[in-house]
Amino acid sequence: MQPKVDDLKGIAQKLRARSVLMVHKSGASHLGSCLSIADIVACLYWNTLRIDPAHPDWPERDRFILSKGHAASMVYAALAERGFFPVDELETYCKSGSRLTGHITSGVPGVELSSGSLGHGLPVGCGIALAAKRESLPFRTVVLCSDGELDEGSNWEAVIFAPQHKLDNLLLIVDYNKIQSYGRVKEVLDLDPLADKFRAFRWAVREVDGHNMQKLVETFAAVPFEPGKPNVVIANTIKGKGVSFMEDQLAWHYKTPNAEQVEAAMRELGVKL
Amino acid sequence: MRTAFIKQLCALADQDERIWLLCGDLGYNVLDVFADRFPARYLNAGVAEQNMTGMAAGLALTGKTVFTYSIANFPVMRCLEQIRNDVCYHNLNVKIVAVGGGLAYGSHGYTHHGVEDLAVMSAMPNLTIAAPADPIEARAITSILAHHPGPAYLRLGKAGEPVLHAEDTKVELGKAIQITDGSDLTVISIGGMLGTVLKAGEELRRRGIHPRILSMPFLVPLDTTAILDAAEQTGAILTVEEHGPGGLGTAVAETLAVRGRAAAFRPLRLAKAPIKVSGSQQELRAAQGLSIEGVVQAAELLCRSPRPVVIC
Repeated sequence: MQPKVDDLKGIAQKLRARSVLMVHKSGASHLGSCLSIADIVACLYWNTLRIDPAHPDWPERDRFILSKGHAASMVYAALAERGFFPVDELETYCKSGSRLTGHITSGVPGVELSSGSLGHGLPVGCGIALAAKRESLPFRTVVLCSDGELDEGSNWEAVIFAPQHKLDNLLLIVDYNKIQSYGRVKEVLDLDPLADKFRAFRWAVREVDGHNMQKLVETFAAVPFEPGKPNVVIANTIKGKGVSFMEDQLAWHYKTPNAEQVEAAMRELGVKL
Repeated sequence: MRTAFIKQLCALADQDERIWLLCGDLGYNVLDVFADRFPARYLNAGVAEQNMTGMAAGLALTGKTVFTYSIANFPVMRCLEQIRNDVCYHNLNVKIVAVGGGLAYGSHGYTHHGVEDLAVMSAMPNLTIAAPADPIEARAITSILAHHPGPAYLRLGKAGEPVLHAEDTKVELGKAIQITDGSDLTVISIGGMLGTVLKAGEELRRRGIHPRILSMPFLVPLDTTAILDAAEQTGAILTVEEHGPGGLGTAVAETLAVRGRAAAFRPLRLAKAPIKVSGSQQELRAAQGLSIEGVVQAAELLCRSPRPVVIC
Protein backbone atom coordinates (compact mmCIF):
# COMPACT_ATOMS: atom_id res chain seq x y z
CA MET A 1 0.00 0.00 0.00
CA GLN A 2 1.28 3.44 -0.89
CA PRO A 3 1.91 5.89 1.95
CA LYS A 4 -0.57 8.71 2.45
CA VAL A 5 0.43 12.32 1.89
CA ASP A 6 1.07 12.89 5.60
CA ASP A 7 3.31 9.85 5.68
CA LEU A 8 5.21 11.15 2.65
CA LYS A 9 5.79 14.40 4.50
CA GLY A 10 7.20 12.44 7.42
CA ILE A 11 9.43 10.46 5.08
CA ALA A 12 10.75 13.70 3.55
CA GLN A 13 11.61 15.01 7.03
CA LYS A 14 13.41 11.76 7.83
CA LEU A 15 15.39 11.99 4.59
CA ARG A 16 16.34 15.56 5.49
CA ALA A 17 17.58 14.37 8.88
CA ARG A 18 19.60 11.58 7.29
CA SER A 19 21.15 14.02 4.84
CA VAL A 20 22.06 16.46 7.62
CA LEU A 21 23.76 13.69 9.58
CA MET A 22 25.57 12.29 6.55
CA VAL A 23 26.99 15.68 5.63
CA HIS A 24 27.90 16.40 9.26
CA LYS A 25 29.70 13.12 9.82
CA SER A 26 31.61 13.25 6.55
CA GLY A 27 32.48 16.94 6.60
CA ALA A 28 30.86 17.17 3.17
CA SER A 29 28.72 19.92 1.64
CA HIS A 30 25.78 20.67 -0.68
CA LEU A 31 23.29 20.33 2.17
CA GLY A 32 21.08 23.20 0.96
CA SER A 33 20.75 21.49 -2.43
CA CYS A 34 19.75 18.24 -0.76
CA LEU A 35 17.14 19.77 1.53
CA SER A 36 15.41 21.55 -1.33
CA ILE A 37 14.64 18.26 -3.11
CA ALA A 38 13.61 16.18 -0.07
CA ASP A 39 9.87 16.40 -0.76
CA ILE A 40 10.34 15.66 -4.47
CA VAL A 41 12.56 12.67 -3.75
CA ALA A 42 10.16 11.30 -1.11
CA CYS A 43 7.25 11.66 -3.52
CA LEU A 44 9.15 9.96 -6.34
CA TYR A 45 10.53 7.01 -4.38
CA TRP A 46 7.46 6.32 -2.23
CA ASN A 47 4.70 7.27 -4.64
CA THR A 48 5.51 7.99 -8.27
CA LEU A 49 8.23 5.65 -9.45
CA ARG A 50 7.52 2.03 -10.34
CA ILE A 51 10.57 0.36 -8.83
CA ASP A 52 11.44 -2.82 -7.00
CA PRO A 53 14.23 -2.49 -4.42
CA ALA A 54 14.70 -6.27 -4.47
CA HIS A 55 15.31 -6.13 -8.22
CA PRO A 56 17.11 -2.87 -8.99
CA ASP A 57 17.72 -4.02 -12.60
CA TRP A 58 14.10 -4.96 -13.31
CA PRO A 59 13.85 -4.07 -17.02
CA GLU A 60 10.46 -2.40 -16.74
CA ARG A 61 11.35 -0.16 -13.80
CA ASP A 62 10.95 3.58 -14.11
CA ARG A 63 14.35 5.24 -14.52
CA PHE A 64 15.29 8.09 -12.20
CA ILE A 65 18.35 10.17 -12.96
CA LEU A 66 19.66 12.68 -10.46
CA SER A 67 21.34 15.16 -12.78
CA LYS A 68 22.30 17.49 -9.92
CA GLY A 69 24.69 14.82 -8.68
CA HIS A 70 25.91 16.94 -5.79
CA ALA A 71 22.63 16.23 -3.99
CA ALA A 72 23.72 12.60 -3.69
CA SER A 73 23.23 12.26 0.06
CA MET A 74 19.48 12.84 -0.31
CA VAL A 75 19.09 10.12 -2.95
CA TYR A 76 21.38 7.68 -1.14
CA ALA A 77 19.25 8.22 1.97
CA ALA A 78 16.08 7.53 -0.05
CA LEU A 79 17.54 4.42 -1.66
CA ALA A 80 18.65 3.06 1.71
CA GLU A 81 15.33 3.84 3.40
CA ARG A 82 13.54 2.26 0.44
CA GLY A 83 15.58 -0.91 0.89
CA PHE A 84 18.03 -0.84 -2.02
CA PHE A 85 20.92 -1.21 0.43
CA PRO A 86 21.29 -1.23 4.23
CA VAL A 87 20.63 2.05 6.02
CA ASP A 88 23.80 1.47 8.07
CA GLU A 89 25.85 1.99 4.94
CA LEU A 90 24.86 5.67 4.90
CA GLU A 91 27.40 6.06 7.74
CA THR A 92 30.14 5.51 5.16
CA TYR A 93 29.07 8.43 2.94
CA CYS A 94 32.18 10.21 1.63
CA LYS A 95 34.42 8.14 3.88
CA SER A 96 37.59 6.46 2.69
CA GLY A 97 36.84 3.43 0.51
CA SER A 98 33.06 3.92 0.50
CA ARG A 99 31.08 3.46 -2.69
CA LEU A 100 28.87 6.34 -1.56
CA THR A 101 30.86 9.15 -3.16
CA GLY A 102 29.97 12.81 -2.75
CA HIS A 103 28.50 13.00 -6.22
CA ILE A 104 26.10 10.24 -7.11
CA THR A 105 27.77 7.19 -8.59
CA SER A 106 26.46 4.15 -10.40
CA GLY A 107 27.28 0.79 -8.90
CA VAL A 108 25.27 1.80 -5.86
CA PRO A 109 22.05 -0.26 -6.09
CA GLY A 110 19.27 1.88 -7.53
CA VAL A 111 21.52 4.53 -9.04
CA GLU A 112 20.99 4.64 -12.81
CA LEU A 113 23.68 7.17 -13.74
CA SER A 114 26.74 8.76 -12.21
CA SER A 115 26.58 12.52 -12.36
CA GLY A 116 28.34 15.47 -10.85
CA SER A 117 29.30 17.53 -13.81
CA LEU A 118 26.10 19.34 -14.70
CA GLY A 119 24.02 19.06 -17.84
CA HIS A 120 24.45 15.31 -18.36
CA GLY A 121 21.23 13.84 -16.99
CA LEU A 122 18.73 15.13 -19.52
CA PRO A 123 20.56 13.96 -22.67
CA VAL A 124 21.03 10.50 -21.16
CA GLY A 125 17.38 10.54 -20.09
CA CYS A 126 16.41 11.40 -23.68
CA GLY A 127 18.29 8.33 -24.90
CA ILE A 128 16.54 6.04 -22.42
CA ALA A 129 13.15 7.58 -23.20
CA LEU A 130 13.78 7.30 -26.95
CA ALA A 131 14.51 3.58 -26.65
CA ALA A 132 11.31 3.13 -24.64
CA LYS A 133 9.28 5.21 -27.08
CA ARG A 134 10.48 3.45 -30.21
CA GLU A 135 10.04 0.00 -28.72
CA SER A 136 6.81 0.74 -26.81
CA LEU A 137 8.41 -0.17 -23.49
CA PRO A 138 6.21 0.67 -20.51
CA PHE A 139 8.60 2.55 -18.24
CA ARG A 140 9.02 6.29 -17.75
CA THR A 141 12.21 8.28 -17.36
CA VAL A 142 12.46 11.00 -14.74
CA VAL A 143 15.34 13.48 -14.60
CA LEU A 144 15.82 15.88 -11.70
CA CYS A 145 18.01 18.87 -12.45
CA SER A 146 18.93 22.08 -10.68
CA ASP A 147 18.19 25.59 -11.84
CA GLY A 148 21.84 26.60 -12.13
CA GLU A 149 22.31 23.52 -14.26
CA LEU A 150 20.07 25.02 -16.92
CA ASP A 151 22.99 27.32 -17.78
CA GLU A 152 24.53 24.30 -19.52
CA GLY A 153 24.06 24.25 -23.29
CA SER A 154 23.84 20.45 -23.33
CA ASN A 155 20.49 20.71 -21.56
CA TRP A 156 19.10 22.95 -24.26
CA GLU A 157 20.25 20.53 -26.95
CA ALA A 158 18.12 17.94 -25.17
CA VAL A 159 15.27 20.40 -24.63
CA ILE A 160 15.07 20.87 -28.41
CA PHE A 161 15.38 17.14 -29.02
CA ALA A 162 12.70 15.73 -26.72
CA PRO A 163 9.62 17.34 -28.35
CA GLN A 164 10.94 16.57 -31.84
CA HIS A 165 10.70 12.89 -30.93
CA LYS A 166 7.51 13.23 -28.88
CA LEU A 167 9.06 11.93 -25.67
CA ASP A 168 5.95 12.16 -23.51
CA ASN A 169 7.41 9.33 -21.44
CA LEU A 170 10.09 11.73 -20.17
CA LEU A 171 9.63 13.92 -17.10
CA LEU A 172 12.08 16.66 -16.25
CA ILE A 173 11.81 18.16 -12.77
CA VAL A 174 13.58 21.46 -12.22
CA ASP A 175 14.53 22.14 -8.61
CA TYR A 176 14.01 25.88 -8.90
CA ASN A 177 15.42 27.07 -5.59
CA LYS A 178 16.72 30.29 -7.17
CA ILE A 179 20.26 29.95 -5.83
CA GLN A 180 23.10 28.49 -7.86
CA SER A 181 26.58 27.74 -6.69
CA TYR A 182 28.02 31.24 -6.61
CA GLY A 183 25.03 33.56 -6.54
CA ARG A 184 21.32 34.02 -7.03
CA VAL A 185 20.02 32.71 -10.35
CA LYS A 186 18.52 36.10 -11.09
CA GLU A 187 21.92 37.74 -10.73
CA VAL A 188 24.05 35.11 -12.49
CA LEU A 189 21.96 34.01 -15.50
CA ASP A 190 18.30 34.78 -15.03
CA LEU A 191 16.13 31.89 -16.22
CA ASP A 192 12.84 33.75 -16.14
CA PRO A 193 10.41 33.32 -17.77
CA LEU A 194 11.35 29.68 -17.34
CA ALA A 195 7.92 28.13 -17.95
CA ASP A 196 7.53 30.19 -21.12
CA LYS A 197 10.93 29.04 -22.32
CA PHE A 198 9.87 25.39 -22.04
CA ARG A 199 6.48 26.14 -23.62
CA ALA A 200 8.23 27.82 -26.52
CA PHE A 201 10.29 24.64 -26.96
CA ARG A 202 7.01 22.63 -27.13
CA TRP A 203 7.12 21.02 -23.69
CA ALA A 204 4.07 20.45 -21.50
CA VAL A 205 4.77 22.54 -18.43
CA ARG A 206 3.47 22.47 -14.88
CA GLU A 207 4.60 24.80 -12.11
CA VAL A 208 4.24 23.54 -8.58
CA ASP A 209 5.23 24.35 -5.02
CA GLY A 210 8.03 21.82 -4.61
CA HIS A 211 7.29 21.48 -0.91
CA ASN A 212 3.55 20.84 -1.24
CA MET A 213 3.37 17.05 -1.09
CA GLN A 214 -0.27 16.83 -2.15
CA LYS A 215 0.48 18.89 -5.26
CA LEU A 216 3.61 16.92 -6.05
CA VAL A 217 1.72 13.62 -5.86
CA GLU A 218 -1.05 14.92 -8.11
CA THR A 219 1.28 16.57 -10.59
CA PHE A 220 3.62 13.61 -11.05
CA ALA A 221 0.60 11.29 -11.35
CA ALA A 222 -0.75 13.41 -14.22
CA VAL A 223 2.20 12.60 -16.53
CA PRO A 224 1.93 12.67 -19.50
CA PHE A 225 0.38 16.11 -19.30
CA GLU A 226 -0.26 16.25 -23.05
CA PRO A 227 0.17 13.32 -25.45
CA GLY A 228 3.23 13.70 -27.64
CA LYS A 229 4.93 16.33 -25.51
CA PRO A 230 7.77 15.88 -23.02
CA ASN A 231 6.86 16.90 -19.49
CA VAL A 232 8.56 19.43 -17.28
CA VAL A 233 7.64 20.25 -13.70
CA ILE A 234 9.14 23.48 -12.49
CA ALA A 235 9.21 22.91 -8.77
CA ASN A 236 9.52 26.16 -6.86
CA THR A 237 11.62 25.24 -3.89
CA ILE A 238 13.66 26.79 -1.11
CA LYS A 239 17.31 25.94 -0.81
CA GLY A 240 17.92 24.47 2.65
CA LYS A 241 14.17 23.90 3.17
CA GLY A 242 13.24 22.54 6.58
CA VAL A 243 16.05 24.00 8.65
CA SER A 244 15.33 27.68 9.23
CA PHE A 245 18.92 28.90 9.49
CA MET A 246 19.86 27.09 6.29
CA GLU A 247 16.92 28.28 4.21
CA ASP A 248 17.59 30.47 1.18
CA GLN A 249 21.27 30.78 2.09
CA LEU A 250 24.01 30.40 -0.51
CA ALA A 251 26.46 29.51 2.26
CA TRP A 252 24.73 26.15 2.86
CA HIS A 253 25.77 25.05 -0.58
CA TYR A 254 29.18 24.69 1.02
CA LYS A 255 29.00 24.57 4.82
CA THR A 256 29.12 21.50 6.99
CA PRO A 257 26.89 21.71 10.06
CA ASN A 258 28.62 21.37 13.44
CA ALA A 259 27.20 19.31 16.32
CA GLU A 260 25.15 22.19 17.69
CA GLN A 261 23.69 22.99 14.31
CA VAL A 262 22.84 19.32 13.79
CA GLU A 263 20.99 19.28 17.11
CA ALA A 264 19.06 22.42 16.19
CA ALA A 265 18.27 21.00 12.76
CA MET A 266 16.96 17.75 14.24
CA ARG A 267 14.75 19.69 16.63
CA GLU A 268 13.26 21.68 13.75
CA LEU A 269 12.78 18.63 11.59
CA GLY A 270 11.13 16.80 14.47
CA VAL A 271 13.05 13.65 13.66
CA LYS A 272 14.99 11.39 15.96
CA LEU A 273 17.27 8.91 14.22
CA MET B 1 36.77 3.62 -45.86
CA ARG B 2 33.48 5.12 -44.74
CA THR B 3 31.69 3.02 -47.36
CA ALA B 4 33.30 -0.15 -46.03
CA PHE B 5 32.24 0.91 -42.54
CA ILE B 6 28.59 1.57 -43.32
CA LYS B 7 28.25 -1.51 -45.48
CA GLN B 8 29.59 -3.66 -42.67
CA LEU B 9 27.47 -1.90 -40.07
CA CYS B 10 24.36 -2.68 -42.13
CA ALA B 11 25.40 -6.33 -42.32
CA LEU B 12 25.90 -6.38 -38.56
CA ALA B 13 22.62 -4.58 -37.86
CA ASP B 14 20.87 -7.17 -39.96
CA GLN B 15 22.04 -9.83 -37.53
CA ASP B 16 21.89 -7.85 -34.30
CA GLU B 17 18.84 -5.81 -33.40
CA ARG B 18 20.68 -4.00 -30.64
CA ILE B 19 22.75 -1.97 -33.12
CA TRP B 20 21.74 1.68 -33.47
CA LEU B 21 23.33 4.52 -35.44
CA LEU B 22 23.17 8.18 -34.41
CA CYS B 23 24.66 10.98 -36.48
CA GLY B 24 25.29 14.62 -35.79
CA ASP B 25 23.58 15.91 -38.94
CA LEU B 26 26.40 14.65 -41.15
CA GLY B 27 26.71 11.61 -43.38
CA TYR B 28 25.03 12.76 -46.60
CA ASN B 29 25.04 9.95 -49.16
CA VAL B 30 26.86 7.70 -46.72
CA LEU B 31 24.44 6.79 -43.94
CA ASP B 32 21.31 6.67 -46.10
CA VAL B 33 21.66 2.93 -46.64
CA PHE B 34 21.44 2.33 -42.89
CA ALA B 35 18.66 4.90 -42.39
CA ASP B 36 16.58 3.32 -45.17
CA ARG B 37 17.01 -0.24 -43.94
CA PHE B 38 16.78 0.35 -40.20
CA PRO B 39 14.74 3.53 -39.66
CA ALA B 40 13.76 2.52 -36.12
CA ARG B 41 17.42 2.24 -35.14
CA TYR B 42 18.71 5.32 -36.93
CA LEU B 43 18.61 8.88 -35.72
CA ASN B 44 19.88 12.23 -36.92
CA ALA B 45 20.44 13.88 -33.55
CA GLY B 46 21.00 17.27 -35.11
CA VAL B 47 23.99 19.54 -34.73
CA ALA B 48 24.14 18.71 -31.04
CA GLU B 49 27.01 16.37 -30.24
CA GLN B 50 26.70 16.61 -26.46
CA ASN B 51 23.10 15.48 -26.58
CA MET B 52 23.92 12.86 -29.21
CA THR B 53 26.60 11.31 -27.02
CA GLY B 54 24.56 11.54 -23.82
CA MET B 55 21.65 9.91 -25.64
CA ALA B 56 23.93 7.20 -26.95
CA ALA B 57 24.80 6.46 -23.32
CA GLY B 58 21.10 6.41 -22.43
CA LEU B 59 20.33 4.02 -25.28
CA ALA B 60 23.26 1.83 -24.26
CA LEU B 61 21.90 1.75 -20.71
CA THR B 62 18.80 0.07 -22.16
CA GLY B 63 20.94 -2.59 -23.83
CA LYS B 64 21.69 -1.10 -27.25
CA THR B 65 25.02 -1.04 -29.08
CA VAL B 66 25.16 2.52 -30.32
CA PHE B 67 27.40 3.96 -33.02
CA THR B 68 27.71 7.75 -33.11
CA TYR B 69 28.98 9.29 -36.33
CA SER B 70 30.25 12.69 -37.32
CA ILE B 71 33.24 14.48 -38.84
CA ALA B 72 36.75 14.60 -37.37
CA ASN B 73 36.68 16.42 -34.01
CA PHE B 74 32.93 16.93 -33.70
CA PRO B 75 31.99 13.58 -32.14
CA VAL B 76 35.16 13.63 -30.02
CA MET B 77 36.03 17.00 -28.55
CA ARG B 78 32.72 18.84 -28.55
CA CYS B 79 31.31 16.12 -26.32
CA LEU B 80 34.44 14.93 -24.57
CA GLU B 81 32.95 15.09 -21.10
CA GLN B 82 29.95 13.04 -22.22
CA ILE B 83 32.44 10.51 -23.59
CA ARG B 84 34.39 10.51 -20.31
CA ASN B 85 31.56 10.52 -17.78
CA ASP B 86 28.52 9.07 -19.50
CA VAL B 87 30.13 6.57 -21.87
CA CYS B 88 33.57 5.52 -20.60
CA TYR B 89 33.00 5.74 -16.85
CA HIS B 90 29.88 3.59 -17.22
CA ASN B 91 31.73 1.28 -19.64
CA LEU B 92 28.84 1.39 -22.09
CA ASN B 93 28.49 -0.05 -25.57
CA VAL B 94 28.92 3.23 -27.40
CA LYS B 95 31.18 3.26 -30.47
CA ILE B 96 32.27 6.74 -31.50
CA VAL B 97 33.03 7.03 -35.20
CA ALA B 98 34.91 10.00 -36.63
CA VAL B 99 35.07 10.20 -40.38
CA GLY B 100 37.85 12.20 -41.98
CA GLY B 101 40.43 11.62 -39.25
CA GLY B 102 43.80 13.29 -39.72
CA LEU B 103 43.96 15.76 -42.61
CA ALA B 104 41.25 14.22 -44.79
CA TYR B 105 39.44 17.56 -44.68
CA GLY B 106 42.70 19.35 -45.37
CA SER B 107 41.48 22.34 -47.34
CA HIS B 108 38.61 22.96 -44.88
CA GLY B 109 41.04 24.39 -42.36
CA TYR B 110 42.25 23.63 -38.85
CA THR B 111 38.77 23.24 -37.28
CA HIS B 112 38.32 20.17 -39.49
CA HIS B 113 41.76 18.64 -38.88
CA GLY B 114 41.42 15.64 -36.59
CA VAL B 115 45.01 15.62 -35.45
CA GLU B 116 44.79 15.44 -31.66
CA ASP B 117 42.01 12.85 -31.36
CA LEU B 118 44.19 9.84 -30.64
CA ALA B 119 45.99 11.68 -27.84
CA VAL B 120 42.79 12.93 -26.28
CA MET B 121 40.99 9.61 -26.55
CA SER B 122 44.02 7.69 -25.22
CA ALA B 123 43.41 9.29 -21.85
CA MET B 124 39.87 7.93 -21.54
CA PRO B 125 39.21 4.87 -19.38
CA ASN B 126 37.84 1.61 -20.82
CA LEU B 127 38.07 2.93 -24.38
CA THR B 128 39.25 0.77 -27.28
CA ILE B 129 40.87 2.93 -29.98
CA ALA B 130 41.19 1.93 -33.62
CA ALA B 131 42.32 3.67 -36.79
CA PRO B 132 42.13 1.39 -39.81
CA ALA B 133 44.52 1.76 -42.72
CA ASP B 134 42.27 0.66 -45.55
CA PRO B 135 38.77 -0.62 -46.30
CA ILE B 136 39.73 -4.20 -45.38
CA GLU B 137 40.82 -3.12 -41.90
CA ALA B 138 37.81 -0.79 -41.59
CA ARG B 139 35.38 -3.59 -42.36
CA ALA B 140 36.99 -6.05 -39.96
CA ILE B 141 37.35 -3.51 -37.16
CA THR B 142 33.71 -2.43 -37.44
CA SER B 143 32.77 -6.04 -36.68
CA ILE B 144 35.31 -6.36 -33.89
CA LEU B 145 34.07 -3.21 -32.16
CA ALA B 146 30.41 -4.17 -32.54
CA HIS B 147 31.08 -7.47 -30.83
CA HIS B 148 33.59 -6.27 -28.24
CA PRO B 149 31.80 -5.07 -25.09
CA GLY B 150 32.47 -1.53 -23.90
CA PRO B 151 33.15 1.83 -25.48
CA ALA B 152 35.29 2.33 -28.56
CA TYR B 153 36.62 5.03 -30.83
CA LEU B 154 36.91 4.38 -34.55
CA ARG B 155 38.90 6.89 -36.57
CA LEU B 156 38.10 6.48 -40.23
CA GLY B 157 39.56 8.12 -43.30
CA LYS B 158 37.15 9.58 -45.76
CA ALA B 159 36.46 7.95 -49.11
CA GLY B 160 38.37 6.37 -51.92
CA GLU B 161 41.28 4.98 -49.91
CA PRO B 162 42.94 2.14 -51.80
CA VAL B 163 42.70 -1.46 -50.63
CA LEU B 164 46.14 -2.34 -49.26
CA HIS B 165 45.56 -5.73 -47.68
CA ALA B 166 44.60 -9.04 -49.19
CA GLU B 167 40.92 -9.83 -48.82
CA ASP B 168 41.62 -12.62 -46.32
CA THR B 169 43.97 -10.60 -44.08
CA LYS B 170 43.51 -11.53 -40.42
CA VAL B 171 42.60 -8.51 -38.29
CA GLU B 172 42.48 -9.10 -34.54
CA LEU B 173 41.74 -6.85 -31.58
CA GLY B 174 44.97 -5.36 -30.28
CA LYS B 175 47.20 -7.03 -32.86
CA ALA B 176 49.55 -5.47 -35.37
CA ILE B 177 49.48 -6.73 -38.95
CA GLN B 178 52.89 -7.46 -40.41
CA ILE B 179 53.03 -6.74 -44.12
CA THR B 180 56.68 -7.20 -44.90
CA ASP B 181 59.55 -8.51 -42.83
CA GLY B 182 63.01 -7.00 -42.73
CA SER B 183 65.94 -6.70 -40.41
CA ASP B 184 67.19 -3.11 -40.79
CA LEU B 185 64.37 -1.27 -39.06
CA THR B 186 60.65 -1.50 -38.34
CA VAL B 187 58.21 1.04 -39.71
CA ILE B 188 54.94 1.08 -37.76
CA SER B 189 52.02 3.07 -39.06
CA ILE B 190 48.52 3.69 -37.77
CA GLY B 191 45.55 4.62 -39.93
CA GLY B 192 45.75 5.98 -43.43
CA MET B 193 49.53 6.42 -43.67
CA LEU B 194 50.05 2.75 -44.51
CA GLY B 195 49.83 3.25 -48.28
CA THR B 196 52.59 5.82 -48.16
CA VAL B 197 54.66 3.58 -45.89
CA LEU B 198 54.30 0.59 -48.24
CA LYS B 199 55.53 2.65 -51.21
CA ALA B 200 58.38 4.03 -49.11
CA GLY B 201 59.21 0.43 -48.22
CA GLU B 202 59.60 -0.45 -51.90
CA GLU B 203 61.95 2.50 -52.40
CA LEU B 204 63.96 1.58 -49.30
CA ARG B 205 64.42 -1.95 -50.54
CA ARG B 206 65.65 -0.56 -53.87
CA ARG B 207 68.21 1.38 -51.84
CA GLY B 208 69.26 -1.74 -49.95
CA ILE B 209 67.40 -1.11 -46.71
CA HIS B 210 65.01 -3.84 -45.63
CA PRO B 211 62.24 -2.64 -43.36
CA ARG B 212 59.75 -4.67 -41.40
CA ILE B 213 56.42 -2.94 -41.95
CA LEU B 214 53.62 -3.17 -39.42
CA SER B 215 50.15 -1.73 -39.61
CA MET B 216 48.99 -0.97 -36.07
CA PRO B 217 45.23 -0.49 -36.35
CA PHE B 218 44.66 -0.50 -32.58
CA LEU B 219 46.22 2.18 -30.42
CA VAL B 220 44.35 0.67 -27.47
CA PRO B 221 44.90 -2.15 -26.75
CA LEU B 222 48.39 -1.70 -28.14
CA ASP B 223 50.34 -4.66 -29.49
CA THR B 224 53.32 -4.22 -27.18
CA THR B 225 54.69 -7.63 -28.14
CA ALA B 226 55.07 -6.55 -31.76
CA ILE B 227 56.80 -3.35 -30.61
CA LEU B 228 59.23 -5.13 -28.30
CA ASP B 229 59.97 -7.77 -30.94
CA ALA B 230 60.64 -4.98 -33.43
CA ALA B 231 63.08 -3.32 -31.04
CA GLU B 232 64.88 -6.54 -30.33
CA GLN B 233 64.95 -7.96 -33.83
CA THR B 234 65.47 -4.84 -35.96
CA GLY B 235 67.03 -2.38 -33.48
CA ALA B 236 65.25 0.67 -34.91
CA ILE B 237 61.62 1.83 -35.00
CA LEU B 238 60.07 4.55 -37.12
CA THR B 239 56.45 5.37 -36.32
CA VAL B 240 54.33 7.11 -38.94
CA GLU B 241 51.00 8.74 -38.19
CA GLU B 242 48.76 11.52 -39.45
CA HIS B 243 48.50 12.94 -35.97
CA GLY B 244 50.43 15.20 -33.62
CA PRO B 245 52.22 14.25 -30.40
CA GLY B 246 50.41 11.90 -28.06
CA GLY B 247 49.47 9.20 -30.54
CA LEU B 248 51.29 6.11 -31.81
CA GLY B 249 54.80 7.56 -31.47
CA THR B 250 54.20 8.45 -27.85
CA ALA B 251 52.70 5.06 -27.07
CA VAL B 252 55.58 3.19 -28.73
CA ALA B 253 58.20 5.31 -26.95
CA GLU B 254 56.51 4.72 -23.62
CA THR B 255 56.34 1.00 -24.27
CA LEU B 256 60.08 0.88 -24.97
CA ALA B 257 60.94 3.05 -21.98
CA VAL B 258 58.75 1.21 -19.50
CA ARG B 259 60.09 -2.17 -20.64
CA GLY B 260 63.64 -0.87 -20.59
CA ARG B 261 64.28 -1.80 -24.21
CA ALA B 262 66.67 0.29 -26.25
CA ALA B 263 66.12 0.99 -29.93
CA ALA B 264 66.89 3.79 -32.33
CA PHE B 265 63.57 5.58 -32.53
CA ARG B 266 61.87 8.37 -34.42
CA PRO B 267 58.23 9.40 -34.46
CA LEU B 268 57.31 10.81 -37.87
CA ARG B 269 54.19 12.84 -37.18
CA LEU B 270 52.63 16.27 -37.38
CA ALA B 271 53.87 19.19 -35.35
CA LYS B 272 51.67 20.43 -32.55
CA ALA B 273 51.27 23.82 -34.22
CA PRO B 274 47.99 24.25 -36.12
CA ILE B 275 48.17 24.17 -39.90
CA LYS B 276 46.98 27.57 -41.02
CA VAL B 277 47.09 27.14 -44.77
CA SER B 278 44.78 25.39 -47.17
CA GLY B 279 45.92 22.28 -48.99
CA SER B 280 44.96 18.80 -50.05
CA GLN B 281 45.51 15.92 -47.64
CA GLN B 282 48.57 14.83 -49.63
CA GLU B 283 50.03 18.34 -49.71
CA LEU B 284 49.55 19.01 -46.02
CA ARG B 285 50.98 15.61 -45.13
CA ALA B 286 53.99 16.11 -47.39
CA ALA B 287 54.72 19.54 -45.91
CA GLN B 288 55.55 17.75 -42.66
CA GLY B 289 57.41 14.79 -44.09
CA LEU B 290 54.44 12.46 -44.23
CA SER B 291 55.20 11.46 -47.82
CA ILE B 292 56.98 8.59 -49.54
CA GLU B 293 60.16 10.65 -49.71
CA GLY B 294 59.72 11.82 -46.13
CA VAL B 295 59.36 8.28 -44.82
CA VAL B 296 62.34 7.13 -46.91
CA GLN B 297 64.51 9.94 -45.58
CA ALA B 298 63.48 9.37 -41.99
CA ALA B 299 64.12 5.64 -42.34
CA GLU B 300 67.56 6.18 -43.90
CA LEU B 301 68.50 8.64 -41.19
CA LEU B 302 67.36 6.25 -38.52
CA CYS B 303 69.36 3.39 -40.05
CA ARG B 304 72.48 5.58 -40.09
CA SER B 305 72.05 6.68 -36.50
CA PRO B 306 74.12 4.82 -33.94
CA ARG B 307 72.28 1.79 -32.57
CA PRO B 308 71.91 1.72 -28.82
CA VAL B 309 74.27 -0.56 -26.97
CA VAL B 310 72.23 -3.27 -25.35
CA ILE B 311 73.73 -4.39 -22.06
CA CYS B 312 72.46 -7.77 -21.05
